[in-house]
Amino acid sequence: MAKSHSWHAPAEALLLPIGALGAALLAFGLFVWLGGTSPTATWLLLFQGAFGDAFSWQNTLQRAAPLMLTALAVALPARAGLTVIGGEGALVLGALGCAGLPYLLPHLSGLAGCAAVLLAGALLGALWVALAGALRQWRGVNETIASLLLSYIAIAVFKHLVEGPLRDPASLNKPSTRPLAESLRIGAIAPDSVLGDVHWGLVLGLALCVAAGLWLSFTASGFALRVVGGNARAARLVGLPTDALVVLACALGGGCAGLAGAVEVAAVHTAANASLMAGLGYTGILVSFVARHNPWAIPPVALLFGGFAAAGSLLQRRLGLPDASVLVLQGFAFVAILAAEALRGKLFALSLPRISPLRLAAVAGKPV
Amino acid sequence: MSVDAWFDLLLAIVGGAVRVGTPFLFVSLGECLTEKSGRINLGLEGVLVFSAMAGFGGAYLSGAVWLGVLLAGLSGAALAMLHGLLCSLPRVSDIATGIALMLLGAGLAFYLGKPLIQPQAPQIPALGLGAWSTSPGVQSALAINALFPLGVLLAALLSWGLANTRWGLVLRMAGDSSDAAKALGYSVNGVRIAATTAGGFIAGLGGASLSLYYPGSWNEGLSSGQGLIAVALVIFARWQPWRCLGAALLFGGAGAVGPALQSIGVGGSTHLFNAVPYVLTLVILVMTCSPQRTIKGAPVELGVSK
Repeated sequence: MAKSHSWHAPAEALLLPIGALGAALLAFGLFVWLGGTSPTATWLLLFQGAFGDAFSWQNTLQRAAPLMLTALAVALPARAGLTVIGGEGALVLGALGCAGLPYLLPHLSGLAGCAAVLLAGALLGALWVALAGALRQWRGVNETIASLLLSYIAIAVFKHLVEGPLRDPASLNKPSTRPLAESLRIGAIAPDSVLGDVHWGLVLGLALCVAAGLWLSFTASGFALRVVGGNARAARLVGLPTDALVVLACALGGGCAGLAGAVEVAAVHTAANASLMAGLGYTGILVSFVARHNPWAIPPVALLFGGFAAAGSLLQRRLGLPDASVLVLQGFAFVAILAAEALRGKLFALSLPRISPLRLAAVAGKPV
Repeated sequence: MSVDAWFDLLLAIVGGAVRVGTPFLFVSLGECLTEKSGRINLGLEGVLVFSAMAGFGGAYLSGAVWLGVLLAGLSGAALAMLHGLLCSLPRVSDIATGIALMLLGAGLAFYLGKPLIQPQAPQIPALGLGAWSTSPGVQSALAINALFPLGVLLAALLSWGLANTRWGLVLRMAGDSSDAAKALGYSVNGVRIAATTAGGFIAGLGGASLSLYYPGSWNEGLSSGQGLIAVALVIFARWQPWRCLGAALLFGGAGAVGPALQSIGVGGSTHLFNAVPYVLTLVILVMTCSPQRTIKGAPVELGVSK
């Protein structure tokens, strides 16, 4: 086998996803071209709508914030060896917790109240995804299927409560919960600057990605979690509390997705309603896979896909493409990123290995 | 409630079991075939949505409903073949690919299906098995989707074929012992790609049943998890085609309870009724699975090979 250089692995870690995303963009261009739309105009608008000017940057950053959190909901369980995809359900429950807590505690206000509604959202999301992890550990139920089923159940409960018991009678056309009190909302970071409407949720998302990265890389429990994900049997043999670690990872992930929903309510929608179900949980799955479940890589990837989502409306307005065009691009990206996995370890092996004459002689002289 | 009301409710559930259960039947048969070869295709949810759109589009544009059904099957097969090919690459997980396929199938279907939301397409005919009765309730309950007998036939064919034919044996060998299949000179990946593709075709027929019979139109909320439930049903059916039929009818019945109750005037939250199949699936999974032992009938290579 050819000697692999120390820079090969990190170079591949960067080149493979970039190449895969390039291939996905190429395929997307071909796809719209088949429908009679100019691919170059599409690509151009995609980047203009995402990163073209201050306004599109604001839009992109606002969309990237919840994606970081829903991506963590996939990444943390994935590091423990579980493929959990119930982020959308945890997100709507988080929104419900955030918008619902003031029904129970009407006197909440101020920073403490804001923290309380956010925590309520995170807690509901955490419980929901932890359930998928617990079912897997103690009942052997496939966690991918279970988490998605739980997600559908959560969405049904959400719709039932928002359109029924929790409905604000004043919300006529679009059933919503009562709007969050002004003092409980999350504001913009710097409303008068170039950041515009970008709210503190972005800081929260970044902070949690960094915290998750630090936890996994530098703490004993984070390391234990990665051992469980790498080889559950070995983890059990060395006496790690495998079940507890897996459920913890699921709970933390679910908590992040729940927080995403709560932040969306507190910063953007001000009440829980159907607008929350914009597929942020599903896009988060893709973000996590592109980032290879690495919390450090999640923010830039979330930024990219937040940008594509922001550009979606521009594609719709300027080129008349359906609003699902972003979904198609995401689908292509997902397929490409998985296919690229097959090239890992081979990207640099394609060049001829340099063999020293001495070694060549040794190989030639060796009896076969 | 009076006896008549109970009878009507029962009839509505039985009729609904077939009506709602037909897509479950096709998808679970498709998944059963795929998993028998040793691969999981979680993406059948995406296949279902995509093929429902393609089937509706085909029927609408050609005016011939069976052409639409065929197109639904073929488009399902194409998407599933992508899954089969991707999973044959080294280090590509079938679970992750399934998730990708779910998103891709839905995205493509929503994109291409945009112009299909308004129009009406010709529908799959209903077989009036209740013509002997004078009661309109019996007649409407026994008006059966023409695809349903096809599904029953397919279950019989799969059941017999997997047990008694050379193809069936090779397929099961790829799923139970890929080493044995290799030793006999069969390409395990080839067998699995073929099984996944065929499974996608079958699941695609389920999509046609959704868009061309019940509910009988195309919209973006057409399937919300039926494909996934059907995948879970295969575990409950212990990978046996006949049991898939039973499971599909059970779930069709569960899905029909809500509308049936509403039709006789018992109210309740539609959303909570709609959640019944998900809850039931979860309960069944919890009861069927066990961390200590593998489930009886499970293909050995399933989830082990990756």
